[in-house]
Amino acid sequence: MSNHDRDDPPQGGRSGRLLKAPENFVYPQGVRTVFAEAKQGRRDFIRRAFASAVAGGAAAGASLSAGAQSNPVTTEGGDPNILELPEHSKALGQGVATEGYGKPSKFESNLQRRPSPGLTQTTQSSVSFAPLQSLFGIVTPSGLHFERHHQGWWDIDPSKHRLMVNGSDDRLVKTPKIFTMDEIMRLPSVSRFHFIECGANSGMEWGNVAVPTVQYSHGMLSCSEFTGVPLKILLDLCGVDYKRGRYVLAEGADGSSMTRTIPMELIESGEVFVAYGQNGEMLRPENGYPLRLVVPGVQGVSWVKYLRRIEVGDAPYATKDEAVHYIDLLPGGLHRQYTSIQECKSVVTTPSGGQVLLDKGFYNITGLAWSGRGKVTKVDVSVDGGRNWRPARIEGVAMSKSLTRFNIDWVWDGRPALIQSRATDETGYVQPSYKRLREVRGKRSIYHNNAIQSWLVQESGEVKNVQLS
Amino acid sequence: MFSSLDGRRVAQAAVFALGLLSAVAASAQAMPKDGAIVGIGRAATPKEIAAWDIDVRPDFKGLPKGSGSVAQGMDIWEGKCAQCHGIFGESNEVFSPLVGGTTAEDVKTGKVARLLDEAYPGRTTLMKVASISTLWDYIHRAMPWTAPKSLKPDEVYAVTAYLLNMGGVLPDNFVLSDQTIAQAQARMPNRNGMTLEHGMWPGKGLKTTGKPDVKAVACMKNCEAEPKVASFLPDFARNAHGNLAEQSRIVGAQLGVDTTRPAGAAPTPAAVAAVPAKAPEAGGSAAVMPILQKNACTACHGIDNKIVGPAYRDVARKYAGRADAVAYLTGKIKAGGSGVWGAVPMPPQALPEADAKLVAQWLADGAKK
Repeated sequence: MSNHDRDDPPQGGRSGRLLKAPENFVYPQGVRTVFAEAKQGRRDFIRRAFASAVAGGAAAGASLSAGAQSNPVTTEGGDPNILELPEHSKALGQGVATEGYGKPSKFESNLQRRPSPGLTQTTQSSVSFAPLQSLFGIVTPSGLHFERHHQGWWDIDPSKHRLMVNGSDDRLVKTPKIFTMDEIMRLPSVSRFHFIECGANSGMEWGNVAVPTVQYSHGMLSCSEFTGVPLKILLDLCGVDYKRGRYVLAEGADGSSMTRTIPMELIESGEVFVAYGQNGEMLRPENGYPLRLVVPGVQGVSWVKYLRRIEVGDAPYATKDEAVHYIDLLPGGLHRQYTSIQECKSVVTTPSGGQVLLDKGFYNITGLAWSGRGKVTKVDVSVDGGRNWRPARIEGVAMSKSLTRFNIDWVWDGRPALIQSRATDETGYVQPSYKRLREVRGKRSIYHNNAIQSWLVQESGEVKNVQLS
Repeated sequence: MFSSLDGRRVAQAAVFALGLLSAVAASAQAMPKDGAIVGIGRAATPKEIAAWDIDVRPDFKGLPKGSGSVAQGMDIWEGKCAQCHGIFGESNEVFSPLVGGTTAEDVKTGKVARLLDEAYPGRTTLMKVASISTLWDYIHRAMPWTAPKSLKPDEVYAVTAYLLNMGGVLPDNFVLSDQTIAQAQARMPNRNGMTLEHGMWPGKGLKTTGKPDVKAVACMKNCEAEPKVASFLPDFARNAHGNLAEQSRIVGAQLGVDTTRPAGAAPTPAAVAAVPAKAPEAGGSAAVMPILQKNACTACHGIDNKIVGPAYRDVARKYAGRADAVAYLTGKIKAGGSGVWGAVPMPPQALPEADAKLVAQWLADGAKK
């Protein structure tokens, strides 16, 4: 279906720069071009695709071969990978502790967290996206966890790291205290699975399709088992006036000394904790080693890394990332401030944009669902662009404010298909379509895009990121 | 001894039981009895608190005494801020523009009218920020970008005053201080531009609506009209994120699309060669990178890309034939300069001679990765 696509020169029609950190990408010219072209009559692209499929036309490019290409039978009477014994079946392998800290197979090197080209001018105030298209289950391998740094990352000596707890006035905290890492690690600990999602995840897609794969559209999302100490325990040790102190400010030790306001309710519930552990080992430096805040269900910017200070306060703080960024522009020109909860959302990770199905037949559609308000109770999947839905299987037990893996069987008949997923959480909230979301919030919010994602499987087997009207 | 299957069932039951407990109940288990924890943590000293407690709230709690004029701010701006933010705070070369898009009328109304204009390209800091404390706090804690926390309170007052002066918020003769900051707040162009009308604050202290604003239903059959594709990436952007075939596992239900080839081309054979991780070039940057990072050189120079200053590769190319390149570049690093690559000056760099020489040598050798 490329015959009606213009042959644009590379970079043609782009002027100015693609913009900036994720909270700032607005109106890149290339994106405008896409939108304009879509408006000018390529809207019925899917209809044509369906039509050509019915007519059996070859307009969509190469047709698929009947046999599975990935499992051929050769004319020699068998697969040479079987008939000619490989080296690893005939010789001695490597010894223990060849690698004191084991690494992934060299054949897995395509799996990398990656920045989106042109998004930011510096690497220190930037973001890299996790390769969701190639991950299984709910745990993000620590080395593939998405990154968002505001002023560069550090590897901090844990023996010199300190956590201070104090109050915005003398009466809010009875005894402001200093804790060492040794002391924090002596305290009663919890280990919990939680997702962390940047408030700007999918932010590039508010207006129209801007990126090719799920890595870039949803990859500011990760999930780990975090281990640490409920913040309530530390506050109790200092003696907090919970009646007046209804907010805390969390502050990092890095150059930006990131600050965010967190409501005391989330701390009193025992949910917020100071974490040193991630997936059985210490936090990675890029994720805040040796100490970060875990604020389940709340956008990643509140999970302050390199956590150095907690201040108990009687008013919110309007910090840079709750007064300049991470505020959501509404159609009426006002910005929503202190939007923090990541609402219920899901995405199919395979098949997904930028992948290619090699053959017709059976596939397992799989994806991730999550909610900042609790557990995911249901995920429905559509393969016809949202006309009809089937409930997917939830893998294992859905945990609160954690990623949840879903799967559903699908037999691809070789015709175009539009794959979507839609999650519902325990509060009854249903993930909205782009249409519903934009009716309320317009297209310029940047943050908190939790719309249903659509992937178009073309006849060629190639999967495209699309948005429906 | 139970079978492994039984073991799995026991584990599942345990996970299930845990899942049934509410977050509050689960946390209660971890909460020790009052007074049970002894010997952990010590009182912070007043000096320690003063060293770290630097936040400033919208009600100006935490704001230190001091003052700075617009004129003083201009000097500091041109020396320490303009490299990244532009002479007028307008630059988008490194970060989003700070200044622009606000009017004298906005200063009166406290609502930035341009935020209603969907065609207006981008949103500057002054179009968005409602609270002057936010500017003061962030400049104080995080600026300049490569030397955060190096500005004294008086300098922060001055820079904040100049920034707002460039945006037409404060007059040329304004002196910003702990005494006058409330006056300046009353002129912030978007001071009335925030709303708490949403259901996304997980607490009760703020007067938010508390309920989700977007409502959808989980329809199952014959829900939508025939779907129409309204937006997708144009062909020219096909390879803009690099070859997607090299961004997926080489086996699996689906492989990455070879975006170096046109759409609709026959699928790439399954045996896509694994791409080795970036192999460092011989004589590469490994030796100099710690120096470049330590001295924040990488904030302004990329190896292949211009940021504020030129790309290292471009520097290397320019002086490729020059016999005294090492000596010349060592001198330039130490002394700074402007004019060769544009008007934005590079400040003198206070790194040891030996380090500067190492960087110069690496540049003279072609700035290899």
